[in-house]
Amino acid sequence: MSIRLSAVALVAAAFVPPSAHAADDSELRDIRAQLEQMKATYEGRIQALESRLQALQQRLEATPLTGIATSAPAMASAHKDEAAPVREATGGAVPPERSGDAVAASAAAEPLTSAAPGGAQTAASGFNPAISLILNGSYANLSRDPSLYRLQGFIPSGGEVGPGARGFSLGDSELSLSASIDPTFSGRLTASIAAEDRIEVEEALFERQGLFDGATLRGGRFLSSIGYLNSQHAHAWDFFDAPLVYQAFFGGQMQTDGLQLKWLAPTDRYFELGVEAGAGRGFPGAESKRNGIGSGALFAHLGDDLGDSASWRTGVSYVLNRARDRTYDDTDATGAPVTNAFSGNSRTWVVDAIYKWSPGGNATRTNLKLQGEYFRRTECGMLVQDIAAASGGNSGDYRSTQSGWYLQAVYQFIPQWRAGVRYDRLDSGRVNIGLVSAGTLSAADFPILQSARPSRATAMVDYSLSEFSRLRLQFAADRSNPAATDRQIYLQYIMSLGAHGAHSF
Amino acid sequence: MNIPTFRIASPLRPFIALALLLAVGCKAHAALNVVACEPEWASLAKEIGGDRVNVSSATTATQDPHRIEARPSLIARMRNADLVVCTGLDLEVGWLPMLIQQSGNSRLASGSPGYFEAGRFVTPLEVPVRLDRSDGDVHAQGNPHIQLDPRNIAKVATALAERLGRIDAPNAGAYQQGLQAFQARWSAGVAKWEQQAQPLKGVAVVSHHKNMSYLWAWLGLREVGTLEPKPGVEPSAGHLSALSAQLAKQPAKMVVRSAYEDARASQWLADHAQVSMVALPFTVGGNDKATDLFGLFDSTVALLLDGAK
Repeated sequence: MSIRLSAVALVAAAFVPPSAHAADDSELRDIRAQLEQMKATYEGRIQALESRLQALQQRLEATPLTGIATSAPAMASAHKDEAAPVREATGGAVPPERSGDAVAASAAAEPLTSAAPGGAQTAASGFNPAISLILNGSYANLSRDPSLYRLQGFIPSGGEVGPGARGFSLGDSELSLSASIDPTFSGRLTASIAAEDRIEVEEALFERQGLFDGATLRGGRFLSSIGYLNSQHAHAWDFFDAPLVYQAFFGGQMQTDGLQLKWLAPTDRYFELGVEAGAGRGFPGAESKRNGIGSGALFAHLGDDLGDSASWRTGVSYVLNRARDRTYDDTDATGAPVTNAFSGNSRTWVVDAIYKWSPGGNATRTNLKLQGEYFRRTECGMLVQDIAAASGGNSGDYRSTQSGWYLQAVYQFIPQWRAGVRYDRLDSGRVNIGLVSAGTLSAADFPILQSARPSRATAMVDYSLSEFSRLRLQFAADRSNPAATDRQIYLQYIMSLGAHGAHSF
Repeated sequence: MNIPTFRIASPLRPFIALALLLAVGCKAHAALNVVACEPEWASLAKEIGGDRVNVSSATTATQDPHRIEARPSLIARMRNADLVVCTGLDLEVGWLPMLIQQSGNSRLASGSPGYFEAGRFVTPLEVPVRLDRSDGDVHAQGNPHIQLDPRNIAKVATALAERLGRIDAPNAGAYQQGLQAFQARWSAGVAKWEQQAQPLKGVAVVSHHKNMSYLWAWLGLREVGTLEPKPGVEPSAGHLSALSAQLAKQPAKMVVRSAYEDARASQWLADHAQVSMVALPFTVGGNDKATDLFGLFDSTVALLLDGAK
């Protein structure tokens, strides 16, 4: 069985219709939404609608569907006395002397399932996807020129790496649209609009829940579920920037263009297994002209509670990328710019752990979050130095084992205020360049690959006026390049508009 | 050279095989697995279902139901649930969709029989006429804290028994019996609480958050202010001072908060405005006496009567 066959089988299975769902309601909500819109624009027409509602209500009261009828008057009155802080529950409420069996039984009817005849005007827009928008921007004060930034010892990933621009800058605005597609599928698009008028598709995915018991299938482009932080959008990060390991090993975050199958075991303890197959165009893969699968990932996550106050999750992930002519820019021993290319296999292991604590499980006042991840990558293949040379460049073996980790703690000490610290460490490890060991070239011909142990220490404090807005101040001492320490100060805002998305653990 | 596809296939194969094996090998549990979002619905499901249901609550009385972490243990519980009983009205919008989505359990999808929203069976109060976040954390479909009006509990009980019977058809009769036994006790309880609470009619109160509205509407108390300047916005010193000044002119009997809310703001106001401070259980488990739904209302009425003295 090849992976291609499995993938085809999964897609085919995804299209098998699910068991019938009970059609969901809701005449009432339609009318209410309509009423609200009408009120805003045509005050006069409200009266007409309310009388229509009354008529509808009387009709319904004549039928046994009292579940609807009891709700209708409250709805109508909601528009009359909006200023009243507490409205008497007269309309639909049960008079005290009638409470008990008889009334309760009459309320048993489920809300109507038929479409609202009066809701036609808003019905079309009622299917619009939920929209959420994240605005984000920063002011940066960097002691070193960001154009000189490099992660010493690591092949540049070409992704979102480095401290960003000095001064004021607009971060990526994140626009997300999501909705159910039909009873089987749901979908989401998250586009990131960069300050340079560039729109990137961060995620564009469909999802099929319950493919089989506990299984979810995803397709399209999505943030891979490997590790812990990888699947979280930048606005949910606890710091201004991604940990160095993510920048060095995945150029920011690993996106998969392909398929993902996740399965949650039917156990009391959270145990999740997943597999991904993708194009592998992003670092550490490269654009490929071939058929087949360029990257594969496997992950397992395990999690549980520790009493009422604490919970944890840990996981291990494995990513395999096939890179073909993955190029990067460097200089040779004379200082002349050259482009080198790696072709071969890149295998990355990620171990992640997260622990959250809050008194009694109530995170509203105070809470603590500890998180750490360890990455280890082995690359094995051929390295061509100066591919642009007339001769086609020098070619030799390449083998490297590199690792890195970060550890961070974020504590909410009073409502709205959080403080956090993070420490990043990378180890460029052993790099065997065949061209150097054979004596064709010298180590000075690969300045970026000269071994180093970049590190960074970060501290931040942030303030959230509400769930939807956050201001952050961050200090970092960045020793990504051992030549000098970059002292970074960031002031950042993150604003969230529109639909209220649920947060992951 | 087709080796690469083979290389990827080999690590994936055992996972797929294991997944399929386990998925096929797992059988449904004997008792119906019910996960309630809040303790009051867990208690209600237990009253109706008895031993036929295996009930747990995703939250406790000391947790703010608006803000719950989508913890791994909760995802695992959702994974194995046949029915999830929640308040709805967008109360759990910040965490429940994440739990259900990550559970891979299509029985709980919105609109499925396994997804029960209590709020759909009661008359919502305070349905906003406009939706704008400048008004704070407003709920589009109305105030979701419906459980403190026992008549709402009765309505939800009827709907829940019907739903349990639909999911577990062979036991439908037993759920109806459970319902009737509960309703008989409940209506007696409601009559008793209403009798006891007669002196509370018209009493002026200040709440922490707008989560007592159904209780006030039921017993006829008057809410003259809230510690939160807007729903979901933390009490500020300025707002509390203004409230204190307001109470000097228009006195209230007590400042009321629920078990999960921080005591400092209500204590401050109670001290400055010379009124009593009452901590209501708010849901089952909110204090020692609120061990079930009956205890919840016994204790709530008793505490209010005490506070109004």
